[in-house]
Amino acid sequence: MDKVQDNRAWFLIIPVFLIVAFSAILPLMTVVNYSVQEIFGPGQTLFVGTEWFGKVLADDRLHDALFRQIIYSLAVLAIEIPLGIVIALGMPGGRSAKTSLTLVLLALPLLIPFNVVGTIWQIFGRGDIGLAGATFRALGINYNYTSSPLDAWLTVLVMDVWHWTSLVALLAYAGLQSIPPAFYQAAKIDGASKWAVFRYIQLPKMRGVLVIAILLRFMDSFMIYTEPFVLTGGGPGNSTTFLSQYLTQMAVGQFDIGRAAAFSIIYFLIVLLFSFVFYTIITNTGSGEKK
Amino acid sequence: MATIEFDNLGHSYHPRPSSPTDYALRRLSQEWEDGKAYALLGPSGCGKSTLLNIISGLLVPSEGRVLFDGLDVTRCTPEERNIAQVFQFPVIYDTMTVYENLAFPLRNRKVPEADVDRRVRQVAEALDLSADLQKRAQRLTPDAKQKISMGRGLVRSDVAAILFDEPLTVIDPHTKWILRRKLRQIHEEYRLTMIYVTHDQVEALTFADKVAVMYEGAMVQLGTPQELFETPRHTFVGYFIGSPGINLMPCTLGGDQAIVEGITIPLAPGSANGLPNHELPKVGAKFELGIRPEFVELTRSGTAGAIPVQVVAVDDLGTSKLATVRMGSHTLKARVSEDQEIPLDAAIRFPTRWTKLYHDSYLVN
Repeated sequence: MDKVQDNRAWFLIIPVFLIVAFSAILPLMTVVNYSVQEIFGPGQTLFVGTEWFGKVLADDRLHDALFRQIIYSLAVLAIEIPLGIVIALGMPGGRSAKTSLTLVLLALPLLIPFNVVGTIWQIFGRGDIGLAGATFRALGINYNYTSSPLDAWLTVLVMDVWHWTSLVALLAYAGLQSIPPAFYQAAKIDGASKWAVFRYIQLPKMRGVLVIAILLRFMDSFMIYTEPFVLTGGGPGNSTTFLSQYLTQMAVGQFDIGRAAAFSIIYFLIVLLFSFVFYTIITNTGSGEKK
Repeated sequence: MATIEFDNLGHSYHPRPSSPTDYALRRLSQEWEDGKAYALLGPSGCGKSTLLNIISGLLVPSEGRVLFDGLDVTRCTPEERNIAQVFQFPVIYDTMTVYENLAFPLRNRKVPEADVDRRVRQVAEALDLSADLQKRAQRLTPDAKQKISMGRGLVRSDVAAILFDEPLTVIDPHTKWILRRKLRQIHEEYRLTMIYVTHDQVEALTFADKVAVMYEGAMVQLGTPQELFETPRHTFVGYFIGSPGINLMPCTLGGDQAIVEGITIPLAPGSANGLPNHELPKVGAKFELGIRPEFVELTRSGTAGAIPVQVVAVDDLGTSKLATVRMGSHTLKARVSEDQEIPLDAAIRFPTRWTKLYHDSYLVN
């Protein structure tokens, strides 16, 4: 059959194009525009070229925040992924009331708004009235997330684990449920140990969903803002100030729009780069031809 | 290798079975010989997979015992029974190479690496997998994957039995044929006890020494392919095996004769002797006359003892002809040789040797 040449198809994609343009492309271009200018006020701008980028890259506070951010995201992944898998392995299978109950309980933290999560933990950790804080105090443990950087760090980390491990567990659970029973029966007959079943059946079959879990958790944790903002406000000192909070301080607090725009672009590229590296590593591990 | 014995074996998925229909597998006592190839044949839902899972140890029967070489293994795991099983869909370990896949059951059992290597290469050779040994199993075609699944069963030289659960479902017809022959060869070479579940009569009859036909949870006959063909012990066997299946007509009895719509058909002398007399007056008990199309004699009217029939259709099957005839209200099939002419005034004869009497679907003898 001859191919019909018809340019009217272009009309059909105009709505999508307009939506994407207004929601993503134009704002991004505005940011690019800001990043090369010094902005004094509405209509008063000065072209400065790549000066902001140079300044941002040389900013020590930003280096600290980036370092903190990387450590934080890696800690989140290192805890939540294995923990999520372990929870998924321990969850009941089949269609029973127990399964439904487990799923609902697991999904609960995911349904709570971010700033509410921050507030919950802020109160939870308070030494005077918080359940955890008061308990620690009663046990004689010196715990105070408003004055000790380590306590603040741990609280933010535990809060994230509490909030998001469910997501990993649910994804891993979905991966496990898709394994046909014959695989377990065959493994039993082949005399495979529990570890071998995990290593050679469950883990390979979960790989797809784990890629998604790792990427989601990495991107989300790398851009974390609301919860630490509510819980610690970035303190004590700058100890829990992560990249997005530093960016907000710069843009909204100091109204340093040009510099913040340059920072945004660099931030965006970092997230993109890390995600790409993760994705490439995970999808290539174990799928290459062995020698 | 082991002799497999079923002792009053039965299974019901109901917690309190009351009627025979509650049983997925009805009471069964039997002994299966060591080193033979068996097939479990029947339509879906007939209980063949239930029986297979009981043999393999994936399912504990609700009643009775399973014995391997006289040893009660009813509650043993598949591992303890030392059986191998090949499933309907290929089960392979994606991240391993073909070699590692085949070596897996041996390595789990701490077999010395030199023996592992020897066995793996032997099995790979037998299944034509030698060229793919170092390839990642995930990348192979479905039939190669299924060969790996089979290989993992065959690689253990000491298994009590190898069970196959419709293993050729995913394989294309030509490869199916080759693989089945391969299995047959391996069976003849190693003399393994093999149990093969299928709903395909050709597969069962070409593969097995003995075929167990299952129907509605009951094993209606266990016999060689020839026995199943010549002496079906249940009307279902007659219907399920053979193409087309057996001709069946409701009848009444008069001495050594069956009466079908007023037509008397002689039976082998003493045919009705096997009838359990006390059951005779049972209400609803019915008799049926069965004869395979291959044994119906098609002749000319007027031949001694022949019953005139009306020929409805003749299908030329290339190697033989299949005639459809009407006798009274019954339609019968008769298979005749290619060169035999089918007369207009046709009549049929029922050789007494092949004319079987069934009482409540079971053969009377």
